This record gives sequence, C-alpha cells and structure tokens, in this order.
Amino acid sequence: MNDRSRDIGTFIPGADDDMIICRCEEITKGEIRRAVHDGMFTIAEVRRMLRCGMGLCQGQTCARLVKGIVAAELGVRGTELESASARSPMRPIEMRVLGRDQ
Amino acid sequence: MTRYDLVVVGAGPAGLSAAAEAAKAGLSVCVFDENAKPGGQLFKQIHKFFGSKEHRAKTRGIRIGEELLAEAAAAGVEVVLDAAVLGLFAERELTVRVGDEVRHVKGDAIVVATGASENMVPFENWTLPGVIGAGAAQTMMNLHGVRPGKRVLMLGSGNVGLVVSFQLLQAGCEVVAIADLAPSVGGYGVHASKLARTGVPFYLSHTIVRAEGTDHVERVTIAEVDASVPGCVFVPRSEKTFDVDTICIAVGLTPMAQLLNMAGCEMKDDPARGGLVPVLDAYGETSIPGVYAAGDVSGIEEASAAMIEGRIAGLAAARRLGFLEEGAFAEAVAAQEAALAGLRKGMFAPGNKGKVFEATDEGVPIAKNLLRKGFLSEEEAKRFWLDSRVKPENDNRYSGVHPVIECTQNIPCNPCQDACAKGCILVGADITALPVVGKPEDCTACGLCVASCSGQAIFLVNEDAGDGFAEVTLPYEFLPLPESGQKGAALARDGQALCAAEVVKAAAPKAFDKTCLLTMRVPKEYAQTARFFKAEVGA
Repeated sequence: MNDRSRDIGTFIPGADDDMIICRCEEITKGEIRRAVHDGMFTIAEVRRMLRCGMGLCQGQTCARLVKGIVAAELGVRGTELESASARSPMRPIEMRVLGRDQ
Repeated sequence: MTRYDLVVVGAGPAGLSAAAEAAKAGLSVCVFDENAKPGGQLFKQIHKFFGSKEHRAKTRGIRIGEELLAEAAAAGVEVVLDAAVLGLFAERELTVRVGDEVRHVKGDAIVVATGASENMVPFENWTLPGVIGAGAAQTMMNLHGVRPGKRVLMLGSGNVGLVVSFQLLQAGCEVVAIADLAPSVGGYGVHASKLARTGVPFYLSHTIVRAEGTDHVERVTIAEVDASVPGCVFVPRSEKTFDVDTICIAVGLTPMAQLLNMAGCEMKDDPARGGLVPVLDAYGETSIPGVYAAGDVSGIEEASAAMIEGRIAGLAAARRLGFLEEGAFAEAVAAQEAALAGLRKGMFAPGNKGKVFEATDEGVPIAKNLLRKGFLSEEEAKRFWLDSRVKPENDNRYSGVHPVIECTQNIPCNPCQDACAKGCILVGADITALPVVGKPEDCTACGLCVASCSGQAIFLVNEDAGDGFAEVTLPYEFLPLPESGQKGAALARDGQALCAAEVVKAAAPKAFDKTCLLTMRVPKEYAQTARFFKAEVGA
C-alpha cells in the first residue's frame, strides 16, 4: 500500500474539487486528491500534510469521507487503508484544563 | 487517582446495562458520560420498541431509559455527567475531564460503550446551514423541544431515517420526500408504511444532487441513480427539486471505537459492522484482558441488542473480578444470550445486511411494492391477509370487528400476541414469525393489539357497520387528536385521498401509552383500503 513507485495515474481535475470535505479545517476534495498524487498514500500522511480530521471534531464527520476519497484515488478498497491513529486527548480540551491534571 | 471495580465509558443503553448488572453483583461501578444528560440516544426514542416482553417491547425508548437509570441508581452505580474520557492507557487507566480539571481513574475492569457517530454524505453545498444529521434533528425535537425546520427532505430509508421522519411529522414538519440511494427501503416496512399513508413519497435509487440557497438551504434537487453503471451516474432528466429549509441525513452510523483503538485493542475494519470495530470474545472482552466493549461501538445494531450486550459485558466483568461464581455467571449469560438470539433472527438480522429476500419464512412472496414505494399495494395487502389468515369468502367469522394485520416482514416482534387476552393473534415461539389472526370471531374490539403494535400495522375493521358503511380503527399518534364527529378524508396506504370519512371515536386510554385509537366511518367498499384519517383543513 505504501509503495510509492506504484503508478496511480495523473491527477485529473474534477468538477467537485472545490467541495469542502473537512469542515473544521476547510479542506477540499481537490486538495485531498492532489495530496495523494503528491505522494501521500496513507491517511496519516494526508492528515499531517493537510490537517483534515485534526480540527475541533477530530474527524468525526470527515474521517470516513477522506478515507473514501483516498481509497478511490489509489484504486483500492477503503478496508485496505489503515485507519487514522487515535490518541489522547480524545475530545477537544482547553490547555488550561489539560494542565490542571489531578 | 480513584479506583473502581468497574469503569464504564458511556451512559447509553449498553453502558447503563453493563453498569447495573455489574453493580448488582457487588462491584463498585462508575459511569462517565460526556453529555449533560444520561441515557445516550434512549431519551430521543419516543417510539415504541420492537422485540418481545424480555426486550421491553411496546415500551417507548424514553421509558426504557428511565427504567434503566432507576435500576442503575438502585444498584449503587455512580454516574458522572459532563465528563469526557480523554484517553485509555495501560493498566486500564483513564483520563477524564470533569468540569475544569483532568482526573485519573483506574478500573479493574473497563466497559467501553461509546456508541456511534452519524455518517455524512457530501454533495454540492452540503455545508449550507440546514443540512443536519437525523440524530441532530431528534436531539432538537425530542430533547430540546425545537422544531428543526418547516419542510424537510430525508436522505436515508433505514430505520433511523424512517423513525426520525415520523417524528418530524409529529413535531409538525412537512416531510417532502424520503430518498435513498439503495433500490429498496432499508428499514422495517411497517415504519415506511406509517409514513407513506400520511402522504410522504419515497424515492428509492435516488440521491441528492445539490442543495441551493444563499445563506441557508432553500431548495434541494435529487435524481435517480443509474444502477447499471458503476459509480454515481444520474439518469438523464430524472431530477426532482423541492423547496425545503432542512435536509436530514440518515445514511448510517460509524462506531466510535477510537478509545479502544488508542488503547491498543485488536481492531478490524468491518463494513458490515459500520467501520473500525474491536475484535471481541463471546462475552464482549477485547484483546486486552479486562477491557470490554458493548453496544454500537462494537458494531451498529438496535438499542435492544446494545442493552443485552451491555448486560453480558457487565456479567463477564463481575466473573473476572470474582464477584460471580462460574455457575451463576453461566446461567445469567445463557438467559441474555437467548434474548439476543431472539432479536438477531429474521430478515433484518445482522448477518442479512443487504440480502434480497424472495419470500418470507412462511413462504409468502415478499411485498416488493413496499420495498420500492414504502407501502403495500392492494394486491400485497390482500396476499398477506388472505394467504396467511385463510379467509374463505363469506366466512361469517369475519362478520363484525376483527383485526387486520399488515405486518409482512419477518422482524423480531410479538407484543400483538401478548396484547390479545382472547388469544386471537398468534405469533408463536419464534418472534420473527408473521402474526396470524387465528380466531377473528373472538375479537372484542378492545384495541390493545392496535396500540401494542410498535409498527402501527394493526387495524380493526368492521366491514359492515350498517347503512353501507364500514368502520376502520387505526393507530394515530398526532396532535391535536381528532374528535368524534369530525369530518375529513380517508387516505389509502399510499397517502392518496380515497373518500370522505367521519371520526366515530378517538380514544387514548392510559393502557394504550399515548397511542390514540381513531375509528373512522367510510363507505363499505373502502374497508380494506382506507388506512389513515386526514382532518379537513380548517376543521
């Protein structure tokens, strides 16, 4: 899956490339597709590059959509892609509260 | 750091059930929930549940939630609200934000019952205000008493889409259409039928093309999808545009299993279960000893199943910590497993997702119009009524009032059988079997079967009430309640006006649990087609 020498074809612009997928970070479908063609073959890499799924809702809405878009671009099934990692804090939290660790 | 025998994450149906069961065995139990109110989705469920007595069938979800909370409280369960669990770490340690601080909590056993989140589907302008999840609509209506909009399009014909559509109607919204990409209705046919007969149209093999509006949704366009071509290709000139202010999305749920994932539990991406779920043993234990999962977090199902999974996990935790002997555990789990097996049968069993049936278990060809349009055609209604109820022409057992049951799918439900004191209605030991009216001549027209049917699929019909009229009694859950003598129209199963009708009686005694039984008088020839009453406008 991470074989970057694999040919996934060239990036073909789509009519719905302007459609926002990650609402929290305002990342469009085109940006996600472009990232795959720029060599980001995993959800973790796409996240790190674009920050989709790393906003307030932590991917609650878009994780599934991003996975679908990346899988389609790579020509694989969604289940073949490793899901994004999950780590603490699981919910948005203010730094002043996080610092008040009892 | 505080230590408990059992820490439960999520105070929904699964979490509360696990907590109550474990606390009754003697464990000290603490439940954390990020919401301000406990109960998860239960308190939004104002409809009557399916199943049998042991699953609390015909009881409304809100009532089940109240009972569960009382049970947990009586058992000594501590429920901490507005408490967001931030992480699950080694040695079953949790960090929880409670109020303005982060607490560390340890459980000798942990049950993760975090539920699921709603899926979204992107289309042109899906980010316009007015596009909401069906769960959000339910929260607004049933928890906060706020109507989400005036005119709504529902995307998704699964049970969530159907149940929420009906609740939207009850809240006074107009549901302009229900659309679904799938070629047939995904949820229970009885849920679809109670919408269709009020006049809500179903568009299967359709999805949303675009929403339009300046600063909020003003219009939505759907179109038919060409099933013969891979991908989402619209059939030319199949577009339909509706003026709406709300688009409700009910296209499935995804388990919220992130806590288990971060803890290092073995996970599996299983589309049949809704996404990434933990791998569990028979009692809900994950690959990490002492960490259990129950409810939607381990695979999307109904709340009734979640409650049983919770109880099994609670029992398993009790056994693990030495609070339950092997024998007592085996006995208690066997009872729960039997109840779960009863729910997981029939056409909608978890293993049958997406399966196309040609006939019911009884061998009656399935009602295809119901799957395609949301209502039984006259022929289908007759097929199920006549085939399974053996009504020879001019059988005088059918003179007078008798029940007509329009329940045509093998779903796990049998309150109608228990409701009839005369034993007129038979479902049998297998609760997914279709109900049969065995002794129509014994019907006393008490109406308990009509009120007990969670699918609102039972009608009392008197084909000859005199003077060329018939009387049809139907379940009615809208306000204001019509009054006797009120005039209006009788609607057919497809919601089309058939004829003039007059309300003979409308009653909602306590035993009916807020379901009103409305009896209307219609010309005799409409006895088997008139299935809803619509009051005259301005009446």
